[in-house]
Amino acid sequence: MTEVAVHAPPRRLRRTHPLAVRIMHWTNAVSMIIMIGSGWKIYNDEVLFGWLHFPDAITIGGEAQGALQWHFLGMWIFTLNLLCYVIYGLVTGRFWRKLLPVWPHQIIADTRAALRFKLSHEDITKYNAVQRALYIGIILVLIVQVISGLAIWKPVQFQELTALFYDFQGARLAHFVCMALIVGFLVVHVALALFVPKTIGAMITGGPEVDDGRQPQRASGE
Amino acid sequence: MSIRTPSPSVFRPQRRIDQSVLDENRKLIKQIDRRKILRGTLSLGALTMLTGCDVTDRSAVQSVLRAVSEWNDGVQAFLFNPNKLAPTYTEAQVLRPPRYNAYYEIDEVKPVDVASWKLELSGLIDDKRPWTAQQIYELPEQELIVRHICVEGWDYIGQWSGPNLKQFLQRVGADLTAKYVMFRSADDYSGSIDMATALHPQTILATKYAKESITDPFGFPLRLRTSTKLGFKNPKWITSIEVTNTYPGGYWEDRGFNWHSGL
Repeated sequence: MTEVAVHAPPRRLRRTHPLAVRIMHWTNAVSMIIMIGSGWKIYNDEVLFGWLHFPDAITIGGEAQGALQWHFLGMWIFTLNLLCYVIYGLVTGRFWRKLLPVWPHQIIADTRAALRFKLSHEDITKYNAVQRALYIGIILVLIVQVISGLAIWKPVQFQELTALFYDFQGARLAHFVCMALIVGFLVVHVALALFVPKTIGAMITGGPEVDDGRQPQRASGE
Repeated sequence: MSIRTPSPSVFRPQRRIDQSVLDENRKLIKQIDRRKILRGTLSLGALTMLTGCDVTDRSAVQSVLRAVSEWNDGVQAFLFNPNKLAPTYTEAQVLRPPRYNAYYEIDEVKPVDVASWKLELSGLIDDKRPWTAQQIYELPEQELIVRHICVEGWDYIGQWSGPNLKQFLQRVGADLTAKYVMFRSADDYSGSIDMATALHPQTILATKYAKESITDPFGFPLRLRTSTKLGFKNPKWITSIEVTNTYPGGYWEDRGFNWHSGL
């Protein structure tokens, strides 16, 4: 027993992306595709911009009612998954560990490095400042997307939410802008993942083990 | 360093387990987990074969979508606060004339002949005598300046007046504990709403728009105007009202649009 006591408390190693994160990531990916594809079909019935119609071939649901049914199925998967993710990120400290700190000078420096193809991708267990900023940004956009969605769905029951976007059409516009930001993020995210393919593997298998600085739950006393 | 984990046995002397064994055998533990996951995925695949469930089956997907839509009806009924009023607006914001919408174009509207028009009552209603337009005009009027929101995404502010639906239902002795109120229209359109919405203070049988008699394309002589439902839940050219506990559906509802469609 004394022999054990003199050892430093063993650090607990974890995967870069724990199983819970991987499940939530891919659940989110599927739900996003459902929401975007069906949302485009719903948008087509009353466009915000005369020049923009989404071709039916890239929409989900067939008719308007089918698209609405998909959208109101996807909303549960997307929203509950996002809720789990945010709670997980806050409770486990993953958000603070992986996404902070993120200082403007770091973002600028890393953006410069990235544009000169000098940004290192050796260690995929740590996000660079550009990644951190983008991930923080997209999480916030997803949250606004849920709020604007609720404001469109329930402009009487949740009229206070609708008022945040000025009015019903304001909420529709915000919902559209957030969709565009999400699609933009998706394009960059997928392109960069393909550029550094081991990141895709890591999001499937978990990636390298990391010491996340947390003590094991049953650490022995000093 | 041994990689064998002592088998857990009640016959083993009880003592504190050395936690370091977990770290030493981390790789082995991982492998076991991976096997389990692999086995799990295989059995999941086998399970789908056993039940003959084909996820690409169109009707299976359809029935899931319908089931979720029905679940959403329940969620919306739960979210519906009978005392929450829809925002109201000023007369200056009212759109004149209102925006037309039906399942056919405006030039195909068949005007209702008010002389022969009657409002029929059926179902769980004590006094089922039909109403003439004149009788309805004599009822106390309520005015609403509320936002009309279409399921397609457009909206406008409209000024509607006519008898309050709750008061009308009380007057004819309707069973206010029934589940549904069904409206049928002169153009074969129909739609039903939940009783909670029918009794909402901002639900009226509209006879006027912007203080003038509703014109033909917008439902003359009588249409429903709820403030807490999407536009298609407000049938125009109403010819009958039925109070029932049997789910009555409706024109668009039967074609896959969400039944509750509350705002």
